[in-house]
Amino acid sequence: MDWQLAWDSLGPIVRGAVLGTVPLALISFALGLVLALGIALARISKVRVLSAAARFVISVVRGTPLLVQLFVIFYGLPSLGLTIPPWPSAVIAFSINVGGYGAEIIRAAILSVPAGQWEAGYTVSMSRSLTLRRIILPQAARVSVPPLSNTFISLVKDTSLASLILVTELFREAQKIAAFSQEFMLLYIEAAVVYWVICLGLSAVQGRLEKRLDRYVAHT
Amino acid sequence: MSLTPDRPSVPGSTGGTGVPLLRATGLRKAFGELEVLKGVDLQVRRGKVLVLIGPSGSGKTTVLRSLNALTPPDSGVIELDGDRVDFGADVAPRARAAERARLRDASGMVFQHYNLFPHKTVLENVIEGPVVVQRRPRDAAIADAEALLARVGLESKRDVYPFQLSGGQQQRVGIVRALALKPKLLLFDEPTSALDPEIVGDVLSIMSELAHEDWTMVVVTHELSFAREVADEVAFLDGGVVVERGAPADLFTAPREPRTREFLNRLLRPLD
Repeated sequence: MDWQLAWDSLGPIVRGAVLGTVPLALISFALGLVLALGIALARISKVRVLSAAARFVISVVRGTPLLVQLFVIFYGLPSLGLTIPPWPSAVIAFSINVGGYGAEIIRAAILSVPAGQWEAGYTVSMSRSLTLRRIILPQAARVSVPPLSNTFISLVKDTSLASLILVTELFREAQKIAAFSQEFMLLYIEAAVVYWVICLGLSAVQGRLEKRLDRYVAHT
Repeated sequence: MSLTPDRPSVPGSTGGTGVPLLRATGLRKAFGELEVLKGVDLQVRRGKVLVLIGPSGSGKTTVLRSLNALTPPDSGVIELDGDRVDFGADVAPRARAAERARLRDASGMVFQHYNLFPHKTVLENVIEGPVVVQRRPRDAAIADAEALLARVGLESKRDVYPFQLSGGQQQRVGIVRALALKPKLLLFDEPTSALDPEIVGDVLSIMSELAHEDWTMVVVTHELSFAREVADEVAFLDGGVVVERGAPADLFTAPREPRTREFLNRLLRPLD
């Protein structure tokens, strides 16, 4: 095993993680969550057009491979005269993906809050939107943290697909060094370890968040 | 702080026999094929207590939930302190939402299952409406809330979460949450039905204090002794109509309708 190469390649790989993978995941997840909330609300809306549109988006996102979505945006859209650079293409594809999966999680979480909570909000004179914001969503948030964390961790790993549309991130750095040095096993294992370390950190954050949001729940 | 509603007009000014604070006329409601309310009329004068009794499925809870449009009736008119809402009228959705909101603004509700906000402390539960909706100064709302909590013996619980309270304590917070809105009308939906028998009395005695302090109340309950002692008027519902109504002394001792008699007999002498 070439320990010198392992050490030397760590710099570029970690830089790829810090400048590529992590911000790509964070930005896409943040945008994706906003999108997910919007789609979830549309999905449970009584306005038929909205809920049908939301169902369609969710179905397409979940029914097609992320890699294909990525390629359509980066390699496909230019033929329609719309050329989007690698980074924004990746952010768009990943946000939409999180939006689709997250929407179902958030929808289920909202529906898991008892109807009596809506009614209690109404009886203290709150409007529907105020009740949603102050009463329902905080309770739904607690329920949706574990599944949304799952989505986020998947996203971190899925960002490696961005290497295929020329985004400089963790995996692409590893690939470049591997091609140059021909040490494929070493470099790919190294990349895997760095992904794993990132996800370990995220799991820890998830645990703390869950604990914080659980402070108002009886533990029996 | 007194529990007395601080309104410009407490009983006397409009007179106990004056215009009712609340008048509901012709309330009808069907859930699909099932007709739950078949034309219910009732009224409550300012400062008075109306108790709704009746077998389960009689429609009494639906009537109560009509009064603040939690379950909007299909048709019928509700007049609350001069504000008239005609549920049968063809109204634009926005206007309809606004008139329902007005009914809710004017009333406070206590639920069978408390429905406290689990993610908020006791104090936060109580001041949520006053601060967030009514936009009262936070300090004043907190002071009021603390006084109300002290009145029901829960001042030491202001910073705990609902799950840390017993059922009876939660229901007392539920009552305080409704009172803190300073509503014109208090609605109680079987407030003691989920409580252990030995703490039912605590909640009922708070309610009877409120009644004596001139709150206008509509109460759905199975507690006939409460109805007998506290109600100004009792309405017996069965099959979606008001079968009989009257002063508790009359209705309980000399019911006119056979259905009322049968119901009372079953409740008062369950083992016969």
